[in-house]
Amino acid sequence: MLSELEVGTTGIIESVDLPPSVHNHLMYMGFLPNARVEVLHRAPAGDPTVYAIDGLEIALRRETAQAIQVRMTRPVRPSATETARKSERKARR
Amino acid sequence: MSTCCTPEPYEPPAPGADSSRLRTIALIGPPNSGKSTLFNRLTGLRQKVANYPGVTVEQRMGAMAGIGRSDLTLIDLPGIYSLDPFSEDARVSVEVLEGRMPGTPKPDAILLVLDSLHLTRQLMLAAPVLGLGLPTMVLLNMSDLMETRGGEIDPLRLAQELGAPVARISAVKGSGMEAIQLFLNRHRGEDANQAAITVLPVVGNAVSAHKWAAQVSARTGYRAPLSAEASRKVDAVLLHRIWGPLFFLVVVFSVFEVVFSIGQPLSDGLGDVLARAGTWATNFLPNDWLRSLVLDGAWKGVTSVLVFLPQILLLFLFIGILEDSGYLARAALIADRVMRTIGLNGKAFIPLLSAYACAVPAIMATRTIENKRDRLATILVTPFMTCSARLPVYMLFIAAFIPPIAFVHGLVGLQTLVMLGLYLLGFLAALATARLLKSSILKSSQTPFILELPQYRMPTLRSIGLRLWDRGSVFLRQAGSVILVVTLGLWVLANFPRHHGVAPELTESIIGRLGHWMEPAIAPLGFNWKIGIGLLSSVLAREVMVGTMGTLYGADPQTQSLSLQTALHHDLHLGGAIALMVFFAFAMQCTSTMAVVRRETNSWRWPVIQFLYMLVLAWGAAFAANWAVHLIWG
Repeated sequence: MLSELEVGTTGIIESVDLPPSVHNHLMYMGFLPNARVEVLHRAPAGDPTVYAIDGLEIALRRETAQAIQVRMTRPVRPSATETARKSERKARR
Repeated sequence: MSTCCTPEPYEPPAPGADSSRLRTIALIGPPNSGKSTLFNRLTGLRQKVANYPGVTVEQRMGAMAGIGRSDLTLIDLPGIYSLDPFSEDARVSVEVLEGRMPGTPKPDAILLVLDSLHLTRQLMLAAPVLGLGLPTMVLLNMSDLMETRGGEIDPLRLAQELGAPVARISAVKGSGMEAIQLFLNRHRGEDANQAAITVLPVVGNAVSAHKWAAQVSARTGYRAPLSAEASRKVDAVLLHRIWGPLFFLVVVFSVFEVVFSIGQPLSDGLGDVLARAGTWATNFLPNDWLRSLVLDGAWKGVTSVLVFLPQILLLFLFIGILEDSGYLARAALIADRVMRTIGLNGKAFIPLLSAYACAVPAIMATRTIENKRDRLATILVTPFMTCSARLPVYMLFIAAFIPPIAFVHGLVGLQTLVMLGLYLLGFLAALATARLLKSSILKSSQTPFILELPQYRMPTLRSIGLRLWDRGSVFLRQAGSVILVVTLGLWVLANFPRHHGVAPELTESIIGRLGHWMEPAIAPLGFNWKIGIGLLSSVLAREVMVGTMGTLYGADPQTQSLSLQTALHHDLHLGGAIALMVFFAFAMQCTSTMAVVRRETNSWRWPVIQFLYMLVLAWGAAFAANWAVHLIWG
């Protein structure tokens, strides 16, 4: 479940089980099967949580995130991602 | 402001004889694509805001004077993710684009604004919009930002794929406007079918739309820029478990502290200048009833409201900065947990916060709340939030009755604390009422909370300036119309009936008798009859109260020579003054708000219930406040 991912980790969306209208809205925001989603922050009270998906930052409550099934991607140490990003940025220049 | 934000009716230009010419252009795009900035840029200051008939979606129109095409009308459509008629916003957009919206001319061309930072997802809207067959130009906004962050796109290739002209623009910096001019000059309406030549796929659902968008962006060499690390780093602090709420409270507190400590001297200075100007100007008039009418009636009433212009502009300045910077969405996120305990979600917090400026646009902003019952509950509690029209009343009575004592080396003033207390009072009343409604008549199942957090942006001087100009000019217009009429009317009522051509004692005048007649109802609150008249006149709009006080105390020979603050002490005690502020915190004295509630809920039932509920609460709380002050200070 998306709600179970820790802050800083990434998952791949498998399925969404929500009422059609909500589901549709989420899909247009990028919550599509096989999309990568990263957990960015939790609100000070621990809920809702901010997710990064398709370049957007979207906040969802726990009960909504519970209806989204994800598979974990291989855990990568944050420092490694950071270095990868930096070198990518350099390469682009 | 109570009537500040009443939309003005917009008259679309009459259709001319030349039917092949472009006349109306529609501006469409997803939320946060920079559409409003572009709209402001293209129209300059010449824009009008109205509501689409029958629905609660706001409509902005303006002549495209910003690029020298005042002959063209630009319609700003709501920010939408798809043309699915699921939301009211999307339904309105489709109806306008197809020319089915009554009172709105069918657009001859479309400007589609897409955010280049998230182009793949934004392209999902392009297929259905281009499929409408109107001449369309695709504008890739924030292209400068995309490039500095290492993104890439081939606009020519994209134009081929879409069969529509594509331009890279930056609405904030104003670059790429000449491409829009070129597009508008080239199209004269006759080649309306040009866009339909390119066959676009019929995209039925989000999955196929995304697939198509991904293919197009891959073929056009689109490389998404790196995500904004800066925005995330800022959020790591502003959404922090401890620093987040702390920062939020500091922001709110400093706004009020600045409004009070900087705004007050400015107001006082303005008041002095206006009073001197009035005396000087009326010296040319004969010393009779005419001078009294102009100086004591009109001028004193109008200027007593005008002096609050600095504070109101400061408040709108801060709310504008919070909104434009992107912090307001974070505030909604932080507030979600609290809002949930009263049965609402964080989205209700944004209208509630903007209601600190004015309840009218706040009630219109509730349309982002998907659940109908949540939305109604939010509409019903919004007028409890301390709007800027209450500010003049609070300012007057705090300055007159609360001593300027400072604590903590002058950092915190007693006057500021009282002001904050009044703001808190309104906020708590809103929370308690929402809780009551959501656990009784408006009970409903929870709707999911989905909130997009825009990236932090530096608010531009242009957009903040535009906002201040807009609010300031409406405030001045109101002071020149409603308040002028009310104060003139009051002067007449206070100076008649005349005996042998001499004005009566104030208590013998029409208004004096009216006030004495209603005194028994308000005496338990510690109010005198003059306050009663003020309350009656403030049903039009709260800030009229101050003008009324100015006129009434100006008409009374005993207090004529005194400043309004000193004059109030003449026949009002501390208990009555506190009770009055409490009364204003709760009571619904604003015809504009009632009108907008009537429109948004489509019946008179809710505004009437709301008015009575707030009145009863206000009377009860004011009674308790007066009684408590007397108990403590004798």
